[in-house]
Amino acid sequence: MSFTPDIRVFCCHYTSQQAIAEGGEGLAADGFPGNAKIDRLVCSGKLQVSAILKAFEDGADGICVVGCPVNECHNLMGSQRAAHRVLAVRKALLELGVEEDRVEMSHLPRGFHPEFIEAVSRLNERTRVMGPSPFKGGTVE
Amino acid sequence: MIVAERKPVAEIVGMLSGVKRVLVLGCRGCVSVCSAGGEREVEILASLLRLGASKQGQALETIEATLVRQCDREYVDGIDQWAGQYDAIVSMACGVGVNFIANLRPRDIVYPGVNTTFLGGSADQGVWTEQCAGCGNCVLHLTGGLCPVARCAKSLMNGPCGGSVGGRCEIHKEVLCIWQAIYDRLDRIGRKDDINLIAPIRDWSSAGHGGPRKQVREDLTV
Repeated sequence: MSFTPDIRVFCCHYTSQQAIAEGGEGLAADGFPGNAKIDRLVCSGKLQVSAILKAFEDGADGICVVGCPVNECHNLMGSQRAAHRVLAVRKALLELGVEEDRVEMSHLPRGFHPEFIEAVSRLNERTRVMGPSPFKGGTVE
Repeated sequence: MIVAERKPVAEIVGMLSGVKRVLVLGCRGCVSVCSAGGEREVEILASLLRLGASKQGQALETIEATLVRQCDREYVDGIDQWAGQYDAIVSMACGVGVNFIANLRPRDIVYPGVNTTFLGGSADQGVWTEQCAGCGNCVLHLTGGLCPVARCAKSLMNGPCGGSVGGRCEIHKEVLCIWQAIYDRLDRIGRKDDINLIAPIRDWSSAGHGGPRKQVREDLTV
């Protein structure tokens, strides 16, 4: 079955510099999945659990959260806070019988790095294999 | 504060089987402080419940609200403002709030959104520990302010028992032997001899063993 997942990327101001500098076309040329939408945050620590859940409610099949390296966050603890919130969502997904790997935290250096493209591409491929989000309805257990 | 934690989402989703409209009701009291049932947690639970319903191919309407408290009649009466807009309430207050809604609103269906765990304090960010058992007959003046009822695994009144090793409880090495801590503290504050006071056999009726407790302050009643 052909399936193009809806991928949401929440990334902090610093790890999204590549997206800002290159724009959509530049990112696409680097291999960034065209089906991934970037939501830029002032800091990944600003991301709330409810925002990740809202993205699932809005139709996301997979969500990638990108923040600074664990001990090198511009705002000291921001990316660590984000990682904890992602863990909380992963736990809730498991409780609901949904694959926890639909949401993932990546700690990446600032600026231009292929790891940014790789992290989103990896989640995109994994989500493609998992299939559409069970939250899109119709799956009665 | 009264400490609580959210119930597993699947358990709450199961409670709401067949419910189409739910009022997710938080409390700005203790459960807000321990991040179990305040405004933010209401928003999260409401979202999770909608997602859980969607996964089952159902639609769930949610109203998200938070009362000042759910343990006072005047605030619980505020639920009237959503009358006719919900089929059931999920209360994110402690068990007191759930009981108060059930007491005061005989026709409302109310479910617990959290497990009420203990009376405790915030030992560190995101960490809460039990400090008080609400036993109704406080002995803290004799124990240096440290509670043997809540914090001794055996609730011993004349401790420590023989299982204390290196200041740790025999039930788990992470658990402080509170009687060792009581002894050390009494020593520090110059009251070491208090450890020799023998506590009499305890009457536990004040701790709920005599049935549900009630307190009346006649100077406050009207």
